[in-house]
Formats: sequence, structure tokens, C-alpha cells
Amino acid sequence: MENQIFELAYAMDTFYFLICGALVMWMAAGFAMLEAGLVRSKNTTEILTKNVALFAVACTMYMLCGYEFMYGGGYLLSGIETTGGIDAAAALAAKAENGFDGDSVYSGASDFFFQVVFVATAMSIVSGAVAERMKLWAFLAFAVVMTGVIYPIEGGWTWGGNEVPLIGALDYSDYAGSGIVHMAGAAAALAGVIFLGPRAGKYAADGSPRAIPGANLPLATLGTFILWMGWFGFNGGSTLKLSGIGVANEVANVFMNTNAAASGGLIAALLVARIMFGKADLTMALNGALAGLVAITADPASQSAAMSTLIGAIGGVIVVFSIVGLDKLKIDDPVGAISVHGTVGIFGVLAVAIFGDASFGGQIIGLLVIFVWVFVTSSIVWLALKATMGIRVSEEEEFEGVDMSECGMEAYPEFTS
Amino acid sequence: MKLITAIIKPFKIDDVRDALAGIGIQGMTVTEVKGFGRQKGHTELYRGAEYNVDFMPKIKIEVAVADSLLDQTIEVITESANNGKVGDGKIFVVELDQVIRIRTGETGEEAI
Repeated sequence: MENQIFELAYAMDTFYFLICGALVMWMAAGFAMLEAGLVRSKNTTEILTKNVALFAVACTMYMLCGYEFMYGGGYLLSGIETTGGIDAAAALAAKAENGFDGDSVYSGASDFFFQVVFVATAMSIVSGAVAERMKLWAFLAFAVVMTGVIYPIEGGWTWGGNEVPLIGALDYSDYAGSGIVHMAGAAAALAGVIFLGPRAGKYAADGSPRAIPGANLPLATLGTFILWMGWFGFNGGSTLKLSGIGVANEVANVFMNTNAAASGGLIAALLVARIMFGKADLTMALNGALAGLVAITADPASQSAAMSTLIGAIGGVIVVFSIVGLDKLKIDDPVGAISVHGTVGIFGVLAVAIFGDASFGGQIIGLLVIFVWVFVTSSIVWLALKATMGIRVSEEEEFEGVDMSECGMEAYPEFTS
Repeated sequence: MKLITAIIKPFKIDDVRDALAGIGIQGMTVTEVKGFGRQKGHTELYRGAEYNVDFMPKIKIEVAVADSLLDQTIEVITESANNGKVGDGKIFVVELDQVIRIRTGETGEEAI
């Protein structure tokens, strides 16, 4: 009877992990819709192609070598037991030994599945920031290195428990990855945008930023809702298990706080935009919800719902100022990804020290390690791509839209016969 | 016969249509157009950055009328499209050489 309960707990934790992984996978759809909504219609097909292709590249590269670099899971997953080689008796013994309060025990394949969709999330952040002017194949080449090497190495230093060269083990607390996933993705995006330059027409002759309105705000809104929903898997699954009263309560807290932070972020950004610009800017409100989610991601478990709303709201305020500020610095980010995931990601990690029980020193060193590693290695890869295949489409192709030059098809064709 | 082309504010189209129908005008052609006159364009904000809307959306109405109806038609369009503000639009009148109804082959005022 006792064994059957542990078998059931093993099955429940594995199932929970898989369902959360599926929710995070769906975030790829959210990013695709958000980005398709915030670019011009002439660049729709290409941004969708980037989004689906980067997801597939991330899953393949993480299986090939990323999972080995991050968790020592072996090249081609040779280190984890999948079909055929699973020792049920050993799994049961481990589950029984750990009990309901100890470390989670679940299927190795479910762990890979949950981790691999996080890699895709980090890479999705890059595609929005470099939208409307980057070459499709240069972007995908970068995705290979980012998802196969750059992200897994820093993930190994943090979640994987590997020692950082010259620094040693980190004292860094980041529940679901405000820094490890979001700020890392934004650091790669920032490097890309710096070497890529702003979109043509983004800045007037006197250097003042000009607006390039997105083509489809219903899609951008749908994308934000999809991300909001997927985030329950992103943060909720990071509890790593479900069985047991204590753990189940923690999971419920994470869901509640994740939702609260998104709401706080949206309200704050909507109000700040209304005060600053005089009108309710929907795109800022959408970015505000995502900022709230990024802000709470580093510690969604231990705070109250009211505190989570506040943390999310601070993220929502920061994101508006960050977007306007980066715009003035000529860092052209069509969807606000660097602000949402980078600036607010930094705040989210620091919020654990401000409102929770992590040390400031540990959080700051962790952030610096992640940022320096991702920014420097990404810069090297972007520069190498720029010197070889080139990363930017020609001026004429940019004007005509990358849908035609990169994909040869329009998202909304007319006058065909 | 005259061809009247009126550029009006889009929200006035129902008023103008009803007013023209009221004096017996039996047909018109309506097009959504953009342009500028004294109203010029305006600037809007998107994510904190300004952009110019140089061409304002307008409705273009084309009506062919017999010479006897010309003054009355101009009068009702002017009245029904008037909002008292810059950007209310304009009316252009040109001479119409010929009108032919395609189905019957009728010509001239019979075809209007």
C-alpha cells in the first residue's frame, strides 16, 4: 500500500511537470503572436518563421548538447534513462526515501521536457528585439549557439550547481529564472540590437525617436494573454513537484502570486502611460503585464498576493521608463523585450533580496556573471555572423518588408490570381 | 448636367445621404479617401514616441445631377455636412458631358 502511494506520487509529480512544460511550450505561441502584432504587416511572415524555427532549433540543440552542459544529462540525452532502461524499483526506492517533503523524484524525460521549453523562452526574447531588419538565417545561426551553448552554460552555473570559473559556486536565488532565463535572453538581444542598429526611419535626422506602430493589436493582446497563461507553467512548474500538502500549497501560492503580479504590472503600466502620454497606450499595458510576470519570477512562492501585486506593479512602472529610455539611447526594440525581460528581470532578482531572504551580494554577483557571460559571448557570435554572412538585410529589402526578401510570401496577400 | 464631388468628414456620411435622398437624389458613389487641406494632419503618440498622421481620412461622395437640381444639392450637402470646424470638407462641381445607363442604353438626364 505504501509503495503504491509513492508510485502515485511519482506519477503525479511527473504528470505535473509535463503539463507545466506543455504550458511553457505554449508561451512560444504567445511570443509569436505578440511579436507578429507589434511589427508592421510587411514583416509578419518572417517574424512567425523565426518564432517557430527558433523553437525547433532550441529543442534540438538542447537535446544534442545543451542538457549535458547545464545538468550533465549527456549528449543526445545519453545520461538519462528513457524508454527501455528505466529502473522502476530504484525510482520507487528514491521516492520512498525522499518522502513527500524531500527532493522531487520524477521521470528523467519529464525533466528534460520541462527544461527544454525554458531554453526556447530565452531565445524567443531575442527575436522580438531584432525584428523587422535581421536576416532570418543569421538569426537562426545565432539560435544554434545560444540554445546549444550560451544559455546552458550559465544555466549550469545557477540551477545546475556547476562552479563558475574563477568565482566558484554562486549564492544566487532565482526561483523560475528572472535572471537565468529572462535577463539572459535580454542580454543576448541587447548585444544583437547594438550590432544591428535601429530600423530605418526609427530616428529623425535630429536623433529624436519616431513611432513605428504595430500592425495588429488584437494579436499582440492575444499573445500577452497566452504568455500570462503559460507563465503558470513557467513559475508553477519550477516548484518541481506537486505531491504532498506543503508542496501543493506552495504550488497554489505560486499560481496566485504569478497572476497577482501580472495584474499589478498591467495596472501600473497603464496608469503611468496615461499620465506620461495622455492616452491609455495598450502596448504599454501589455508590456506592463509581462513586466509584472518577469518581476515575480525570481520569487513567486514566499510572498503574499498583496506583496506580489506590489512587486509586479514596480515592474510595470520600471518597464515604461525603460522603454522610453532605451528609445532615446537609440536602442531600437520594436516589442520592448529588452525592457520587459532585461531591466525588469534585474529588478526581479534584486526584489528577492529586497522583499525576501536572499543576500544582495549573492544576487548582484549572480546577475553580473549571467550578464557578462551572455553579453560577451553573444557579442562574439553576432560579430562573427556580421563578418561572414551579415546580420542585416539591405535597405531596399527592409523597405519592401522582410516577408518578401526572406520568405517570399506575404502574410496577407492581395491581388493574386 | 453636373458632377458634384464632395469631400466630407466620415461621421457625416449618414446625414448627407439622408439629406440627398430627401430631395430626390437617386444614386451616389462613395469612396473612403485620405488627404489634407487646411486641417493638415496631426501627431499621435505610440509607446511614448510621436508620429505624424499627414493625411486625414475622409469620405468622397460623387453625385451626378440635372442642372435644375444643382443649387439644391449643393445647399443640402453644405447644410448636412457642416460641423462648423476646420476639416469639414469641400464641394467641387464640374460639367458632365454625357451619362449612359448601361442596362437600357438611356442617355442624358434620363440616365441619372
